Amino acid sequence: MSCFKTKYADELIKNAAYIGTPGKGILAADESTGTIGKRLSSINVENVEENRRALRELLFCAPGALPNLSGVILFEETLYQKTASGKPFVDVLKEGGVLPGIKVDKGTVELAGTNGETTTQGLDGLGQRCAKYYEAGARFAKWRAVLKIGATEPSELAIHENAYGLARYAVICQENGLVPIVEPEILVDGSHDIEKCAAVTERVLAACYKALNDHHAILEGTLLKPNMVTPGSDAPKVAHEVIAEYTIRALQRTVPPAVPAIVFLSGGQSEEEATLNLNAMNKLSTKKPWSLSFSFGRALQQSTLKAWAGKPENVEKARAAFLARCKANSEATLGTYKGDATLGEGASESLHVKDYKY
Amino acid sequence: MSAFVGKYADELIKTARYIATPGKGILAADESTGTIGKRFSSINVENIESNRQALRELLFTYGKALPYLSGVILFEETLYQKTSDGKPFVEVLQENNVIPGIKVDKGVVELAGTDGETTTQGFDSLGARCQQYYKAGARFAKWRAVLKIGPAEPSELSIQQNAQGLARYAIICQENGLVPIVEPEILTDGAHDIQKCAAVTETVLAAVYKALNDHHVLLEGTLLKPNMVTPGSDSPKVTAEVIAEFTVTALRRTVPPAVPGIVFLSGGQSEEEATLNLNAMNKLEVLKPWTLSFSFGRALQKSTLKTWAGKKENVGKAQEVFLVRCRANSDATLGKYAGGGTGGLASESLFEKGYKY
Repeated sequence: MSCFKTKYADELIKNAAYIGTPGKGILAADESTGTIGKRLSSINVENVEENRRALRELLFCAPGALPNLSGVILFEETLYQKTASGKPFVDVLKEGGVLPGIKVDKGTVELAGTNGETTTQGLDGLGQRCAKYYEAGARFAKWRAVLKIGATEPSELAIHENAYGLARYAVICQENGLVPIVEPEILVDGSHDIEKCAAVTERVLAACYKALNDHHAILEGTLLKPNMVTPGSDAPKVAHEVIAEYTIRALQRTVPPAVPAIVFLSGGQSEEEATLNLNAMNKLSTKKPWSLSFSFGRALQQSTLKAWAGKPENVEKARAAFLARCKANSEATLGTYKGDATLGEGASESLHVKDYKY
Repeated sequence: MSAFVGKYADELIKTARYIATPGKGILAADESTGTIGKRFSSINVENIESNRQALRELLFTYGKALPYLSGVILFEETLYQKTSDGKPFVEVLQENNVIPGIKVDKGVVELAGTDGETTTQGFDSLGARCQQYYKAGARFAKWRAVLKIGPAEPSELSIQQNAQGLARYAIICQENGLVPIVEPEILTDGAHDIQKCAAVTETVLAAVYKALNDHHVLLEGTLLKPNMVTPGSDSPKVTAEVIAEFTVTALRRTVPPAVPGIVFLSGGQSEEEATLNLNAMNKLEVLKPWTLSFSFGRALQKSTLKTWAGKKENVGKAQEVFLVRCRANSDATLGKYAGGGTGGLASESLFEKGYKY
C-alpha cells in the first residue's frame, strides 16, 4: 500500500468506523483553559479548575446523553480529571460506549508575509505525547488547522502549510494508536457567497488528501472535521437544503470513500442551525460513501451553559438542555430531525465570533 | 465551485453518467495506424485502409453486441469512415445508443534524464481539434499517460508530468464538449509484487486527482481508466479475488465519489482474465460509489481478430465471438459472470513487454 504499516492498523480502522456510527457523533469539549475562560465569563463563572471539572461532569454524566455520542474530545487537563465521587472521566465515557479523544495541537501562529494567515503548532514531541494519551485511555485525537477567505486568501502557502501540518500530525497519531481527526477549518468570516466558500473548501480538501497520501496515512483510520459550505458571515443566509447541496458536492469532489466518517464543525452557527444543516445533508439523496455526523462544541453546549450558569441547583435543567441537543443531532445524522427539540434559551443564537480564536 | 462550469457542463455530466451505465462498457477500437498494423500482421492481413475499415465495420454493425456497449473509442481515421453501404460509423453507433469517442493524444516521448520514463504529447491545437471532433459526433475523448514500476520508478518528475498532462488535456476537452477519459496506465512489466503495484497506483491516482482539482476539472464529467492492481508480469499470479481487493482498496483511497465511472484497461491480460477480474471487483461487498466497468481493446478483440483473419466469409463467425466477449464483460460489470465465455483464444495472455500503442 502507499500507507504505512502499524500494529495499530486494525484498531484505528475499527475506532474510526465506530465514531461514524449512524445516530452518534462527537461532543467537542476540548476548550483550552483560555477558551473555556471566555465561555465561563459569559455566564459569570470563575475560571478555576473546579468549575471546569464541574462543567464536564455535568455533561459526561447527563442521563441519556452518552448513547447519542461516539466520542468526546478532551483538553489535556480533563483527560486526568474525575467525577466528584472520584471516578475518572475516561472511565465514565468508556463505560458509556464513548471513545475519549484528546486535543493535541498547541494553537496557531501567524505566517509572516501573509495577511493574518496562520499555521498550527504542536509537532514537537507529539509522538511521545500521543503514546502517553493512549495509555491514559484516549483513542482519537484532534488538531485544528485554520484558513480564511479573503481577497488573496487562502494563499497557496497557507493551504500547503496547513495541509502538510495536518498530514504529519495524522501519521504521528496513527503510529501511536490514535485516530486522527483532520480538521481544516475555513473560517466563515467575510462577505463572500456560498460559491466562493465551496471553491475554497474543494481546493483545501484536495490539498489535504494529497498531503495525507504523500505522508502515507491510512485513510480508513482517519476522520474529517470540515466546515460546512455556507455563505460568509456578512453575506445573506441561504436555506439548509442549499448548504447541504453545496457541502456534499464539495465532499464528493474531494474525500475518498476510504474515509469512514465526516464529523462537521459548527463554526459560529447556532445550535439549531447546525442541527438543521446536518439533518438536511443526511436527507439528501445522493452519493455519500462516508457517514455525515457532528463534532460540535458550542453548538452542543451553548444553551446548556446558559441554563447551568455555574449553579449546582441548575444542573438538572442544564442536563435536560444538553440531552435535547444531543438527541436532536443524533436524529440529524439519520435525517429524521423534525426541528422540534425543546429550544433551550440561546439555541437559535448565532455563536459567531469574528476571527474566532480557540 | 472550484470546478470550471462551462456551457457543456450538463451535457458532460449526462454523457459521463451514461457511459458508466451498469451492464455496459467501452470498446477501445482506437488503435493508431501503426498499432493496428501489428495486430493485422499477427493474422496475416495487409495494413491498408480498406482492411481497417472492414475490421471496424465487423465490430460496429453487429446489432446484438451493441447493447453491451455505452461507448467506442475511435482513432481519427475511423471517425470519418463509413460502412460499405456508405453510412458513417458515427451514425451507426449513435443510432444504437453507443457514444463515439476519440483518441486525442499523439503518443509518448521520453523524459530526458530518466530511465525510459515518458510523457504524452498532443496539446498543440488540442482545443480546436476537440471542437472538430465534437462536430463530427464525438462526445468523449481518451488520452493515455504511461508510467512504469522500477527501482527508482515512477519518479516524482514522471508522476507530476503525467498527472499535470492529464489534467490539462481533461479541461481542454471539457471546454469543448468532450468527456475526458483520464488514463494513467502503470505498466505491468516487472517482477514486483501486488503490494508494490498498489502503492504506486495509489500514489499516482492521488497525484492525478490533485492535478485535476488544480486545473478546475469538473469531476462529474470525467471517467477514470486505470490499470487493475496486479503483480508484475514476471511475478507469480494471484487470484481474481485478490486483484479485486487490492484494486478496489486503491480506488477507495484515491478516487472521489463525484467520478461517475471507472473503466479499466486490460493491459496484457487475456480476455478471460480481464473479465474474471472485473467480475470479482463487482462482486466485492464493499462500498463503491462509482460504477466499475471496462474499456478494453485487446481483451475484447483478440479472438475476434483471429477468427476473422481478414476474410469476408469469417465475418459472421467473428461477430459471434465478439458478442461472447461483450456479453461476458457486461455480466462482469454486474458481478454476474459465470465464466466459460471462452475459447482457448480467450485465455491467451496478451502481454507484450514495453507495449507501445
